[in-house]
Amino acid sequence: MEGASPAKLEVSSLSFYYGRFRALKDISLDIPENRVTALIGPSGCGKTTLLRVFNRMYDLVSKARAEGSVRLDGMEVTETTRLLELRQKVGMVFQRPSPFPLSIYDNVAFAPRLLGWRRQQVAEAVETAITDAALWDEVKDRLKDPAASLSGGQQQRLSIARCLAVKPEVILMDEPCSALDPVATLKIEDLIDRLARQYTIVIVTHNMQQAARVADFTAFMLMDTDERYGQLIEFAPTTDLFNKPTDPRTEGYITGRFG
Amino acid sequence: MIRGTVLARSRRRPPDGFRLLTALVALAAPISLLLIVLLLAQQGAPAIQHYGFGFLTSRAWNPITLDFGALAFIFGTVATSLIALALALPVGVGVALFLAEPSAGRLRGSIGIGVELLAAIPSVVYGLWAVYVMAPFVLIHIEQPLAARFGSVGVLGGPARGTSLFTASLVLSVMILPTLAAVSRDVIRAVPSGLRESSVALGATWWETTWGVILPAARQGIFGATVLALGRALGETIAVTMVIGNRPEIPTSVFAPAYTLASVIANEFTEATGQLYSSALIELGLVLMLVTLTVNVLAQLLVRSTAREARA
Repeated sequence: MEGASPAKLEVSSLSFYYGRFRALKDISLDIPENRVTALIGPSGCGKTTLLRVFNRMYDLVSKARAEGSVRLDGMEVTETTRLLELRQKVGMVFQRPSPFPLSIYDNVAFAPRLLGWRRQQVAEAVETAITDAALWDEVKDRLKDPAASLSGGQQQRLSIARCLAVKPEVILMDEPCSALDPVATLKIEDLIDRLARQYTIVIVTHNMQQAARVADFTAFMLMDTDERYGQLIEFAPTTDLFNKPTDPRTEGYITGRFG
Repeated sequence: MIRGTVLARSRRRPPDGFRLLTALVALAAPISLLLIVLLLAQQGAPAIQHYGFGFLTSRAWNPITLDFGALAFIFGTVATSLIALALALPVGVGVALFLAEPSAGRLRGSIGIGVELLAAIPSVVYGLWAVYVMAPFVLIHIEQPLAARFGSVGVLGGPARGTSLFTASLVLSVMILPTLAAVSRDVIRAVPSGLRESSVALGATWWETTWGVILPAARQGIFGATVLALGRALGETIAVTMVIGNRPEIPTSVFAPAYTLASVIANEFTEATGQLYSSALIELGLVLMLVTLTVNVLAQLLVRSTAREARA
């Protein structure tokens, strides 16, 4: 059943460079629509770099460039100039919760306002997004309060609400729970589960148990020991990758022999 | 054994003599402030007694008739400082935004040093430059055209003069620029990179990120920079004295001469004859301190209240 899902992001022969340093080499994988895909691997294997190609975050880094192709519904991500549209379709949640120094409401209204939505439309989008991020009951009476007054876990759900507000198709999550306590982590994982049928989620995680819990598919990446570029070792349905890995390096990693 | 005793000794709290010494050194600052205020009050006592509260509200300044008031100088001090701030703040924050930009690269270093070097120029050199270069330039290229076109508007009217409230404000704005730019730059750089990234990831452009996220996050620190700059502007003496025109009046136009508290003290103290004249000047010094203190206290309160708002 899982295999039947069509590809949302088609990555083919992707290489990525920071200046003259090659950070990713020849990566090809199809990220399935409305499923959760986890990127796992030891530090430095390029999983965050790969994630940041999908919404062109690397534009912030000078001399960074991508070769090869990443297609989102036929749009060439590495070449498009329609960045607002790309980033509306592909939202991102970061490692550390980063509420803007604005009210809870204005945080979530940020992206809808960038798109020039009307006031009523913005208000509806904000309520829907906060509800979908499982935060509405906790904040509905204090939407005008500063977002910084929320707890860490609430702030992270607010970050998720912030990117849900413009109805994205893909959500990228860069270790979204690494700054949270176990209870808050559990809430985020529940949330990922519930969002998974409507959104294509790509999550980078250090935590293999987390990948096993939330992801339908898992990609294992590893840094080449000589030239230090990141490469894709194995990509499979999560149960297959963890139970019967085909590559000995995958097996070594998931059984804890290195990494 | 020996090692043990050394460790044991170092763990004890510092000897009382040392604590006393540090306490005395720490107290030196507030005590000198107190002594300065007391001395000014004592030396200014004749004028304080003679003119009473009216000294603060009178705009007269006549050494012949011994008719003295501080209002014209208070106005000159506050007006030059506020206009200087209004001119320098946008420029300073703009410079800071550029310098804090991660992609500015090598250019950033040299421009940053250049801006900081502005702070190393002695004020009297600023004054000379202002008299010989800036004042004539301002007169011909700014004041005269503006006065000619908008002369009917009160604050821009009157015969334009090279030495004026406006020229003094302009030189002050250059002098406070490095403080504003350097402190704002550090504050903007301290904004967590996650905020910038989150904003960009939501599709915001550089402008939208800067206006919507970076500047609000840095607001409090930029306000702190503004207070520092204002402190410098209020007390600045020599450069202002050289270009403000030194006329003890509240001008109706920004292009007319004026006078500040610091300037009048510097200009007239050595030639003040008679006890009342010199004690009136000393009372002006007291007023200047009060103005500076008031501005600083108000600013602190504002910073605290916005900080509380941000935390609440």
